[in-house]
Order: sequence, then structure tokens, then C-alpha cells
Amino acid sequence: MLFLIIKRILLGLITLFIVSLITFVGTEILPGDACTTYLERQAFGEQLEACYRRLGLNVPAYERYVSWAVNAIQGDFGYSLSGEMPIKEVLGPRIKNSLVLASAAIFIGIPIALILGIVTALWRDKLPDVAISTVTIFAMTIPEFISATLLILIIAIWLEWLPGIVIVPTDVSFFELLPNIILPVIAIAMIMTAHMARMVRSSVIQVMASEYVQMAILKGVPYWKMVFKHVLPNALLPAINVVALTIAWLLGGVVVTEVVFNYPGLGRLVIESISNRDLPTVQALAIILASIYVSINLLADLMTLMLNPRLKTLQIRK
Amino acid sequence: MTEIIQKVKNLSIGFKSKKGEEILILRNISTNIKKGETVGIVGESGSGKSTLALAMMGYVKQGLYTIGGECEFNSSNLLKMKNRDLEKIRGRKIAMIPQNAGQALTPNLKIGYQIDEALQLHSDLKEEEREQKISELLNKVRLPSPETIALRYPHELSGGQQQRVAVAMALAGTPDLLLLDEPTTGLDVTTQAHVLELLNFIAKDTGTSMVYVSHDLGAIAQVSDRIIVMYSGEIVLEGPSRDILKKPIHPYTYGLLKSIPKLSLAGLPQSMPGSQPQPGTMHRGCSFFDRCDFSEEKCKSNSPQLEYLEELNTSVRCFNHKSLMNDSQVNQTVNKIKTSLQDKEILNISEVSISYAKQNLLDQVLNRISDDNPTVKDININIKKGETIALVGESGSGKSTILKSIAGLLRTKGGVIKFDQKRNLSSDLKERDPNDLRIIQLIFQNPDESLNPNHTVEEIIAQPLKLYFGLKGEELKKNIKELLQKVRLGEFYMSRYPRQLSGGEKQRVAVARAFAAKPDIILCDEVTSALDVSVQAAVLNLLQQLKEDFGTTYIFVSHDLAVVRAISDRVAVLYQGRLCEVGPSKDVYQFPSHPYTEVLLGAVLEPDPDIKPKLVAEDIVEEKPPQKGCSFQGRCSRILGDICKNEIPPWQITNSGNSIRCHIPLKELQKDQIN
Repeated sequence: MLFLIIKRILLGLITLFIVSLITFVGTEILPGDACTTYLERQAFGEQLEACYRRLGLNVPAYERYVSWAVNAIQGDFGYSLSGEMPIKEVLGPRIKNSLVLASAAIFIGIPIALILGIVTALWRDKLPDVAISTVTIFAMTIPEFISATLLILIIAIWLEWLPGIVIVPTDVSFFELLPNIILPVIAIAMIMTAHMARMVRSSVIQVMASEYVQMAILKGVPYWKMVFKHVLPNALLPAINVVALTIAWLLGGVVVTEVVFNYPGLGRLVIESISNRDLPTVQALAIILASIYVSINLLADLMTLMLNPRLKTLQIRK
Repeated sequence: MTEIIQKVKNLSIGFKSKKGEEILILRNISTNIKKGETVGIVGESGSGKSTLALAMMGYVKQGLYTIGGECEFNSSNLLKMKNRDLEKIRGRKIAMIPQNAGQALTPNLKIGYQIDEALQLHSDLKEEEREQKISELLNKVRLPSPETIALRYPHELSGGQQQRVAVAMALAGTPDLLLLDEPTTGLDVTTQAHVLELLNFIAKDTGTSMVYVSHDLGAIAQVSDRIIVMYSGEIVLEGPSRDILKKPIHPYTYGLLKSIPKLSLAGLPQSMPGSQPQPGTMHRGCSFFDRCDFSEEKCKSNSPQLEYLEELNTSVRCFNHKSLMNDSQVNQTVNKIKTSLQDKEILNISEVSISYAKQNLLDQVLNRISDDNPTVKDININIKKGETIALVGESGSGKSTILKSIAGLLRTKGGVIKFDQKRNLSSDLKERDPNDLRIIQLIFQNPDESLNPNHTVEEIIAQPLKLYFGLKGEELKKNIKELLQKVRLGEFYMSRYPRQLSGGEKQRVAVARAFAAKPDIILCDEVTSALDVSVQAAVLNLLQQLKEDFGTTYIFVSHDLAVVRAISDRVAVLYQGRLCEVGPSKDVYQFPSHPYTEVLLGAVLEPDPDIKPKLVAEDIVEEKPPQKGCSFQGRCSRILGDICKNEIPPWQITNSGNSIRCHIPLKELQKDQIN
């Protein structure tokens, strides 16, 4: 078991290393560099040289990669070009904001998704299923920029209940942020919940059709006891990985939604730094997003391993 | 004894087809189950036997519904009962033992919990008493160390153990009626015999009534007092089991009994033509009309009624039962197989060992497999041209592993496989040239999985013809037609898809595909075990005919010793990947033989209530072959002592040319063997 965990962590680190290499090489082969972007038309001669020296771009690429990587491991991603401030400081509040948005969506979305999925599966093809399924499929198919825009139109502009876009400083406190995130959370949770509810539904239906559920019925196990003891533990196991991917997707910044609501999270930072050609920030973001994906998937796998007696014993035997 | 505990009255169950027609799965079934008796329900797949058993618990599968009739238990109709009331009957009054215990035990719950659940629901015992009871139940079904078994998860047990747990779970509620849905199908022969013996014991011990559903007349014969024979949703014959097995007065049962291969008879049994009609395709008249040898004009348009014959205490659905009654001793005639054995070695397997062990990094670099105790070891068999050699053994005996290596699907660890004394086939599939691939073809157990569902029969058979012979256009078509003719399928099958064919027809297509490559050797992996009995005989006869026509060599893997007896020239018995006995089949089936062969032969179930299985050894499951000594030491009832544990037994050859690998001298070996 321990061996397996170590192995998975090592594999995760290798993945991160490859991601960092790719982003580094990618930014390297792009025409132009940080200095030409920063200096714009003055990017020649003495000034360019000075800039190169200042940013350390005058040494060979591999040396720069090594020194960047060494610093990055210590949490120092260098300086952002646009604001000329440490990337660490740019990222901090953004990560916090995205975390707030994501956790709100997760805490609301996952329970609702589970309940909807289970209800639709247990009342399959009956009225609750037909009604909920229609709504979830609808919610799944509408792209988030449309649903977000509609939400703004109806709730913020017509009803004037909530602010339509987020106009707060990036490093605002949690309570000031709260009313602002309601609409973005609804927009994200809608899509996420719909996806997960469909997943849970099909998984529960599959388990309900299994021989061991039939056996439980024939054993005389009361319906709800059967659902909670025999069906759900087996049906929700495969859902863990999907939930993990969704969480990673949320934490990675829901780019479109953040842009529509002007929300100061990671997603908007990605767009901003790409359009500003702020390459150091892009690099830092790529690494951070990759680590989020890797670690959350690792967690999900370990959780499945812990909860599934089948996998657990297999590993121990080996 | 005459108290009736379950009364099925005019029961019809069916479903609505896409066109809105009502299609019947069960047609007007009436029968009674008496207290303390064991009733066997026998029929082929699709005959409605499982649907009937489930209905006796008031359970109708999703998609089906009750059209009419009732299942009366304690004078109330189970099919109209509310779920809440059914929960009190299921598990307490009527319990089910499922076909596939591995699938029917909930994977995330421990064995102990699953039995405890039944006890909680259906008894008033307190917690400590229940714990005690769980141990008692596990003991009763003869599971070793109940306390540890209770803490295990279902997947940590072997198939036989899982089935026993299912029995224990059913017994937890002390039911009046036990329904068993193919409880031993899918188990090894020896395990099957043990489970049946256990069920017999329980029936006697507790006085529980049992309904035993199976397609296997051999198993039914061992347990039941009365037999119900079902055919396309109807009862066609019902009566005391001895009479039905010895003097069947319905043509279907008669044909069925004739088509089962028996240990005592070498040669192929006669096959029944055709197959059971699909639900919804039934026309007027007797549903067995197409396949019946005794049919008359009136059978075509009138359906016979179930007629009760007082003097025999039997009900039969046939106009002609009288003529059968006078002459219905099942005189089994077999088609003696012609041996087309030639004196030329075609495949030479020497010192072959195969390992499933994972290679570590060093081994991968050095391209070797290091495993001092491989799954298969020391296999030496020389196969002659035109021979049919059978590999037999329980699951885990390595018989399929050897086939895979011959086919090139699995690398050998050591030893040589030589074709025609010159071509070395020890290599991997990737290293073989197309001709090496052509000469060896495989037919798989399950044609549903081995035929591509998106290809027509024409495309399936065309593949090897195009690949190996580059045939095109008219020539290709002509060849496909010829092959279809050879396997007795009409030309119109060419445009059909596998899903439009019956099981037997699919396997015929698989046979045609194998022969399309004009191979020298065909590997048959349990080719008949997914088929119904009446179809099995037809496929065996076909294989034999093709072999005589083409002079092909068969390597035949099967767990069914009677089938092996029917078709093979020579038999090799394997245990834990080691050979135990090799010899001409007529000699292997006689004594003296290896103690393991004795165990296997003793466990064969024959459709005859007078021939009881002989249980020689315990059905323990060994996970790995022993490091040293005889492979069978762990289960051998005749173990001599340290010599068996430490030394690999020598080959001993009998007068008839039968080789036995055992430390016990041949004379001794014969002495105590059951004869």
C-alpha cells in the first residue's frame, strides 16, 4: 500500500516535470520574449540588452530552466512582467478567490448532484426522473457563457437582486466577496451538478440491475435498507473519480465564467497573462494548475483504493 | 408429505414487444410443490425455467409482467402481494440460492454481515446469538474456520466457497421452500458434486422443500424426487424422476437423454435437429413439432394438452405418448468415431513451461522469465496427425494456458513446441510468419464473444480466406458458400449478423471460420460448454465429420469428461499445470488410473438416479502448485508420505500404453480404486 502511494507520488512528480519542460520550451520557441513585449517599440540596442540582463535572459536556456525550477520548487516564480511584482503575490489572492468560488460550488453542487442522481435512478422512467432528467440535460447542453449572461440579465438587471459583475479589488475580504459570488456559483454549479447527476444516475441504475441487488430483494431486505447498504456504496465508488476531476476543473479556474462575471480568480488571470504575454506568470500558472490536477487525481485514486475492498486486498496480497 | 406448500395455477408471464404484441415467456403453467419434496425443473436456455422459479417468490424480472394466473403460498397469491408483505416471506419462508454466487453477493459487504442481515430480518436472535448462529451456518455448509470466513469479502473466496455462503445465507431464515437456480453451473466438476451432496444432506436434515432449476439432467437426477421438463415456456412432461429419466414418454425428453454423452459409452451421441423456437415465433400446433421424430399431421395444427396419466403419476403434453410408452427405454446409440490417426507426428511439445509471473526490470532487460515455480511445467506431449487429444482438468489446471501457448498468444518460459518436426513454434505470435499462423486455428468457448457483432457471417468467414489465400470476388463467394455448406448452414446465412443466429449456429460459423484457413491443427477451447445439450451433440458430430473430411488434428480442452470420452482418441489429465496421466481415452477411463483422474471420474454426474457420484477427495482450492514433489499432494487421498511431498513422481506405463505419473506402484494403484 505504502509502496503504491510512493509510486503514485513519484509518477505525479514526473508528470509535473514534463509539464514544466513543455511550458518552458513552448514559451522559448515562441517568437519574441518578455523583453520585446515589455519594451515594445524600444526593443533594440542598449535598452534591450539592459532588460535581458535585468531579467537574466542573457544566459543559455537550460541554465535559465534550472534556476527557474529551483526557485519554483521553493515557491518563488519570479516577477510578473505586467505589474512588475512577484508572481507569488499576484497568485496568492487569486488562488484564494478561486478556492472560495470552487468550494462554494462544490458544497452546493455535490450533495444536490448525488440526491438528484439517486432520485432519478430509483424512480427511473417515472415522473421525478423524467422531470429532473429533462432539466439536467437542458442544464448540461447550455454553454456556461449563455447561462451566465442570462442569469445576469434576469437576476441582476431585471430583478436587481444581486450585483451583475464583480467589481471588487482582488484582495477583498471573504465577507465582502460573498454576495458577489452567488451568481457565478449558480452558473458553475448548474453545469457541474447536471453532469454529475447524470453520472450518478447511470451508475446507480447499473448497480440496481446487478444480480446482488436482485439477491438482496429475494432475501427480503427492505427497500431503503437495500438502497443504502447494497446499492449506494457500490454505485458511488466509480463516481469518486468523476467528482475529483470536476473539483480539479473548478480549482483550475472556470475561465469562461470568471471572465463573464469579471471575477478575480485564477481563470481570469490565465486569460489576462496570456493576452499580456506575461510569460513568467503563464509558466507559473501552468505548473500550479498541473499540480492541482495531479494531486486531486492522486487523492481520488487513493480514496477509491481505501473504499473498495476488492482493490485493497489485491494490493496487500501483492 | 402430501401437504402442498406452493401452488402455481395457470401462470402466464410475458412482455410487450416493440410492435405491442404480447409475447409469452411462460404459458399457462400449473404445478404443485409438496412439503419435503425436491422438484427438478429442467429445460434449455429460454425455456422459462428461471422465470418460473422467480415467480414462485413473487418476483417478476424487470420488463416482464404477469399476464394471468397465480402463485399461491400459504393461501395468498404472491404475485399480487405488496412489497412490504413479500419482504416478510422472502428469505424467511421461501429462500433463493442463485446461479452465480460470485455475482450475487454484494461486493462491499463482508460475508458475516450478509448472513447476519438475513438473521436480523428473519429471526429474533440477539447479537451474540446471531454471531453464534453465523458460525453454525457456515459450519453446516462445511466451510473451514467459519470465524475467519465471516470476516472476508466475497471476492476473497473461491467459486465453491461463495456458493456455500449463498446456501448458508438461504438457510439463515430456516425457509420452508428453497429455490435453486442453477446452483452448480459454473463450478468445477468436483466442487459441483460436493455442493450437490451438501444440498441433498440439507434437504434430508431440515425437511425443506426444494425447487432445483437446471439445464443439466445429470445434476437434476442426483437431487430430485420429481422432474418437470419445460420446453418453450410450457410444461411438456412432469412426473417421478426415475420414470422420467429411465422411460421418458415425451419425444423432447427422449431426444434430450439420447443426446447427452455418457462416460460408459465411447462415441458421439445422436443429436436432435433444430433448436427451440424463440418466444413470439410460436405458431399453431405443438411447439416441438419441427424437431420431433414422432410427429404426425395433427401435431402441426393442434397443440396437445397436458394430459395426466394416473397409472404413471405423470403428466405429458404429446398426442403420441402411448407409442413412446411401449418403446421408450433410452437405448442410446452412438456414432462410433473413426480414428483417422496417421503415423506421423505433427506437433511436438517437449519440456514446456509457462509462467504468468511479472517480469521485473532486470528480467525485461535480459528478456527472460525468472520463476522457479511456473504455472505450467514439464509438459511433454507428442501429437500425431489426425489425432484428437483432449486436455482435461479443473479450472486452474493450465489446460487453456497450454492452448494459448500453442496458438502463440502466450510466450513459453522454457521448452520447445515444434510443428511437423521442423518448424519451431516456441516463439511469440509476433515472430511467427503468416503460414505458421494459418496452420493453427482456435475455436473459442463463447461464440457471442469470439464473433464480431458488426460483421456479417460472410465477412467473418471471408477474413481468413482473404488474409491467407488472397481470394477475391466470385472465388471468395464460392469458398464461403462451400464452407457454410460444410457446417450445414444455408447460403442465406451469409448476410446475417451473429445476433440473428442461435447459439449453435454461431458456433458453426466459428467452426467454419477456423476451417477457412485450411489449418492442420485446430485448438478447441471448451467449444460446447456454452451450448445447450441438444445442440452440443450436433456440434460434436459436425466437428468429427469435418475432421474425417479434412484430416485435421484437434486439441480439445474441456472440463466435461463425458464429452471428452465421446470425441477424443487420447486424453491428458492435468492438475495445477502438471501432467498426471496421458493415454488412449479408452484406457484413461478404465483403471488403474492416477488418483486425480479417479477424483474427476468419480465426480461426473450422469442423468441416471442409480449412478451416484463418488467423492474421493476434498474440493480444496489450491492457489499455487507446490514447490516440490507431486502436484496433487495437497488433495490426494492416497498420499504415501514424504516421498510424495519431496520427489516428483516417475512416469509409469501400463500394458495398454497409458502413462501415469504417481509414486504408487501400478498394482497397488488398481487395488483400492472404485470400479
